[in-house]
Amino acid sequence: MEYILIFITAIFVNNVILSQFLGICPFLGVSKKIETAAGMGAAVTFVLTLATIVTYLIQIYVLNPCGLAYLQTIAFILVIAALVQMVEIILKKVSPSLYQALGVFLPLITTNCCILGVAIQVASNQYDSQGLEFGLLPGIVYAISTALGFALAMIIFAGLREQLLFARIPKAMQGMPIALITASLLAMSFMGFSGVDGGLKVLFGIE
Amino acid sequence: MNNLKVLFNGIVKENPTFVLLLGMCPTLATTTSAINGMSMGLATMFVLILSNFLISLIKNLVPDMVRIPCYIVVIASLVTVLQMLMQAYVPDIYETLGLFIPLIVVNCIILGRAEAFAAKNNPVASIFDGIGIGIGFTLALTLLGAVREFLGTGGVFGFTLQGEQYGMLMFVLAPGAFLTLGYLIAIVNKIKK
Repeated sequence: MEYILIFITAIFVNNVILSQFLGICPFLGVSKKIETAAGMGAAVTFVLTLATIVTYLIQIYVLNPCGLAYLQTIAFILVIAALVQMVEIILKKVSPSLYQALGVFLPLITTNCCILGVAIQVASNQYDSQGLEFGLLPGIVYAISTALGFALAMIIFAGLREQLLFARIPKAMQGMPIALITASLLAMSFMGFSGVDGGLKVLFGIE
Repeated sequence: MNNLKVLFNGIVKENPTFVLLLGMCPTLATTTSAINGMSMGLATMFVLILSNFLISLIKNLVPDMVRIPCYIVVIASLVTVLQMLMQAYVPDIYETLGLFIPLIVVNCIILGRAEAFAAKNNPVASIFDGIGIGIGFTLALTLLGAVREFLGTGGVFGFTLQGEQYGMLMFVLAPGAFLTLGYLIAIVNKIKK
């Protein structure tokens, strides 16, 4: 039950892009076509889940016992950069077709702040809005659902932007401004989900 | 002369937020009020100036193949220093900005300037570039924060300008961030032409 709550909250209520503002760069950058948006979403899902597992284990078994918690930022960014490289090399060998689909997006992911952001949130148990303590398993569920939320927002936004091509837009508003205003309307519609998490908690009898 | 030109270039012609459109995550997330936006801008400026300086010093020492990881380590160390300083001296602001302080590491402005400017210029010019871009970023964030705070709560920097009952809460929340930034960029585009 707990996991369903994490799942729904992370996708709809606390959407990683539209309410936490993590990963805005790819959201605005590669959302001109639905296919590329879906590819980016898939790549992020893959890397985010892996990165969260690895960084969580490093935090618990390396940094905390050695009293090196202050090295968190440096350690995590290096681990993520190395991980992305490794995933790229392995994919190229093992599954060329998947590499074809995700390959272009992988290098971009190192500087995607939602990867580092979620890793830090999980590793330092910061996801307190639910009052749940993060173990490894809830952390993984949270990472996967966050990534799905990311993919969902990307794909909806790309669909909206494809439609915008047919609209007549004032000159000064073309490009980024109209994209931001579209994103604002999308964020507003996602605000409609706020409060759902509280209702689910009552329904599941968690609090 | 030349250095001043570099400085103003960062504030106006290559303003990171309104012209280059870099570093959008902290721009949208931390500008719920003018003071939050300004502190985020200043924190980023601190890292930017020092990273520009250090990277332009070491640019001839690191091989080309591994330069990006090297730059990221330099930036991450500076961010860790900043985290410790902020925890010690301004714990309130550190709490408010929260996750977005460590996320300065992946701010594209910093790595972007390291690649585009510091790796090609001498240390003094790089410092001026850092100051210029930093001021440009801080001004943009403060402006965005002030507009959102004014529309959202009716005050700026905590001073009440109009009654709180006229505030539109939406502007402090997520949709207001996208909306305000969208219109500000549109206005800048209009003025430029």
